[in-house]
Amino acid sequence: MSSGTPSGDRYLDFVNGPVGGLLAKRLGLPTPVRLVRNGDRAAKARPVLVGAAKGARLLSALAVNFAGQHVVSFYHHDAESWREAAEEHGLMSGRFGERSGRVGALVFDASGIETVDGLGALYRFFHDSIRAVCPNGRILVLSIPPESAGTAEAAAVQRGLEGFTRSLGKEARRAIAVQLIEVAPGAEAAIGSTLRFFLSPGSAYVSGQVVRIDAESGQYASGTTRRTVLVTGAAQGIGAAIAELFSARGDQVVVLDVPAMADKVAETATRLNGVGLPLDITAADAADAVLQHARSCGGFDVVVHNAGITRDRTIARMERAGWDEVMAVNLRAPLRITEKLLAGGGLRPNGRIVCVSSMSGIAGNPGQTNYALTKAALIGLVKRLAPAAREAGATINAVAPGFIETRMTAAIPFMVREAGRRLNAMGQGGRPVDVAEAIAWLADRDSYGVNGQTIRVCGQSLLGA
Amino acid sequence: MLSAAAPRRVAIIGGSRIPFARANTAYAELSNSDMLAGALQALVDRFDLHGQRLGEVVAGAVLKHARDINLTRECVFSTTLSHETPAYDIQQACGTGLEAAILVANKIALGQIDCGIAGGVDTVSDAPIALNDGLRKTLLRAGRARSVGGRIAAFGGARPSMLKPELPRNAEIRTGLSMGEHCELMARRWNIARADQDALAVASHRNLHAAYEAGYLNSLVVPFEGLSRDNNLRPDIDPGKIAAMKPVFDRRAGTLTAANSTPLTDGAAVVLLASEDWARERGLPILAYLRAGEAAAVDFVRGDEGLLMAPVHAVPRMLSKLGLSLQDFDFYEIHEAFAAQVLCTLAAWEDAEYARERLGLAEPPGAIDRAKMNMWGGSLATGHPFAATGGRILASLATMIDRRGSGRGLISVCAAAGQGVVAVIEK
Repeated sequence: MSSGTPSGDRYLDFVNGPVGGLLAKRLGLPTPVRLVRNGDRAAKARPVLVGAAKGARLLSALAVNFAGQHVVSFYHHDAESWREAAEEHGLMSGRFGERSGRVGALVFDASGIETVDGLGALYRFFHDSIRAVCPNGRILVLSIPPESAGTAEAAAVQRGLEGFTRSLGKEARRAIAVQLIEVAPGAEAAIGSTLRFFLSPGSAYVSGQVVRIDAESGQYASGTTRRTVLVTGAAQGIGAAIAELFSARGDQVVVLDVPAMADKVAETATRLNGVGLPLDITAADAADAVLQHARSCGGFDVVVHNAGITRDRTIARMERAGWDEVMAVNLRAPLRITEKLLAGGGLRPNGRIVCVSSMSGIAGNPGQTNYALTKAALIGLVKRLAPAAREAGATINAVAPGFIETRMTAAIPFMVREAGRRLNAMGQGGRPVDVAEAIAWLADRDSYGVNGQTIRVCGQSLLGA
Repeated sequence: MLSAAAPRRVAIIGGSRIPFARANTAYAELSNSDMLAGALQALVDRFDLHGQRLGEVVAGAVLKHARDINLTRECVFSTTLSHETPAYDIQQACGTGLEAAILVANKIALGQIDCGIAGGVDTVSDAPIALNDGLRKTLLRAGRARSVGGRIAAFGGARPSMLKPELPRNAEIRTGLSMGEHCELMARRWNIARADQDALAVASHRNLHAAYEAGYLNSLVVPFEGLSRDNNLRPDIDPGKIAAMKPVFDRRAGTLTAANSTPLTDGAAVVLLASEDWARERGLPILAYLRAGEAAAVDFVRGDEGLLMAPVHAVPRMLSKLGLSLQDFDFYEIHEAFAAQVLCTLAAWEDAEYARERLGLAEPPGAIDRAKMNMWGGSLATGHPFAATGGRILASLATMIDRRGSGRGLISVCAAAGQGVVAVIEK
């Protein structure tokens, strides 16, 4: 959707219009900035401002990745080492100063910080540069997993970066997204897909997240063949958006949804030039049927467990059936299918499994004890299965959407809906495509280093951690 | 004046420039000092010259404010170079940048200095607007008056028409014709077809775009004020649209258009030159050597010669001293003031009669391989901040030669008032 078209969020449209913008400014009303997503008017590629603390380990990997994308960069005066890295890799770069103009992103390599004093470099960089970031900009802090630090002080300092980035996300506003990316020693070369995603418009609604990259892709280097992608609950809504994105990127999608929606399944599959698979995933033989389909097409490259239902009631009013159905669709089905695919060779080498969790599973929500349980369970599932997945040359991760504008949320009463929309750092709801983009990143051939994690797509919601 | 045991080779270490911007766009609010200091600092950053005292910094601007009497020296103060680095300004119209390099190179060759920076800057956006000459004279007269009455009498000569300011004009003082009008005359004299001019303009844009895409210019250009490429560049230039444009200098029968003439541009470029020893001691690269330079002028006022034809004379004079022919080059950088100027130059070099009568040569210098000309784009695409162009071309050509490993390049820059500055660099 282009930036000029209505978003379904009238307040957002109003304050981004000529009259509303003026009025909101005069009245001091919050003015959320319209998010720029992939496919929106080609935003001008702006330079990246790079900063680094002494002992930074990731600059060379950063330069390799930037060189492939013609990234123009500035270096903060504390980061002469970036000038050298950029020059070595043939990148255009210049010293950051008052004549640098606006930048599209800040990237700070904090991997070398081991002491409290060393944090001064972090302060100097962001103090000098935060105002130079343009709306819809990106901020990435690169660090190491705290437990891999050599001393207690270093571990504390590295863990502290999480509080820093989360606060920065809430301060930056203007649709600027902030992430902390922990890169384990030895995994430096694997940062490519994650860097690309978090510097791209695709990550517009992901902010305040901590992502860990802890393995090199090794033998699972990137390929170019067309991949087969199974998306459950794909006939409509977020599932359809996920299938659309994979299809648009040239993958073959398998559109799975309940037999009751067979027509819709067929329609979506045809539209996306994919395959329809009408199937009740709660049926006793569902996992076998999925595995069989996998074998018939040479295995899935990507499996997205998106199918989910709500049967909202407070626990006292909830009927047993409502509890059981949610358990069956949201938790038992992805559990059984995943186990079956992993054990039965239904996943091709360098395969990807992504579960769709929810902010409810992290923060809790009245009336959703059943739903939140299943969504939190998926977080536990991916964490537990991560080592097994890696052994099979695959990864398993989850995304946890926050307030996403769908037909479901459009039916929520006005005041509750407004609260859901506004109570995040972006001041607006996300779109199904935001969830799809995050899944596509986790499913990227080069995202082998990201495993067992849950990434929120919530615009840095105030709810939950 | 030889201060060394023998003349020394002059190494071109590298160059820095800011992206060039069409007038009244990205750098509309900037001064010459802002831009020159920006390019200088980038060069200092790149070669880690912080706190170093260089032999000298020489630069200039064609359009200059009266207050900028020490433009270059003031810019040195704005950088992290040692503030004990001497500097001076020069001005030779569009030849300024290349002439500055020749001056610095000569001192290095003679052993007077070991290293220096040469360059230039220009802004059309921040052009000097002077007081009306009548008003200025009135004020001076009043200042000279000894009595109050005398002052009142002096001001009595003031007229409302004197409030009209004096704007800088792109016209030759002695003919009143603009440079474009002069170039139209040249194009007519040499029968330069409109289609050939347009083709040269298209090639200029395509070559510059390809050079940026290949990353060739990454070591030469620094991002500045929101630009990382020259904003005159049209990557997807449409030859059809170019062909449809109306002539601007002779609206009836002319062939020069806004597309095959350089636009008014703001920008700055500088080049670091040094002796081989100075470069080696610091582990700095040597892209190429500046081997020779030459300037020439033609009498376009009374003589029957085109305003921008001086390089045609300068090049053969220089080559005869070096014992080289026009074909002994791997690269040609012919400044594209106008596509027609380049094509007139090439045509004149091929013309036997012109060679005999004007250049005093038995044989014409001959044709060049056009594929070797302006390979990373020329001024038509890049833009042309007058004094900055010499530095841009010198650093680009040296980088081309360095990428190739070895080779020889010719630079030819035409300038206002019938002048031309040319040079040879090689490795």
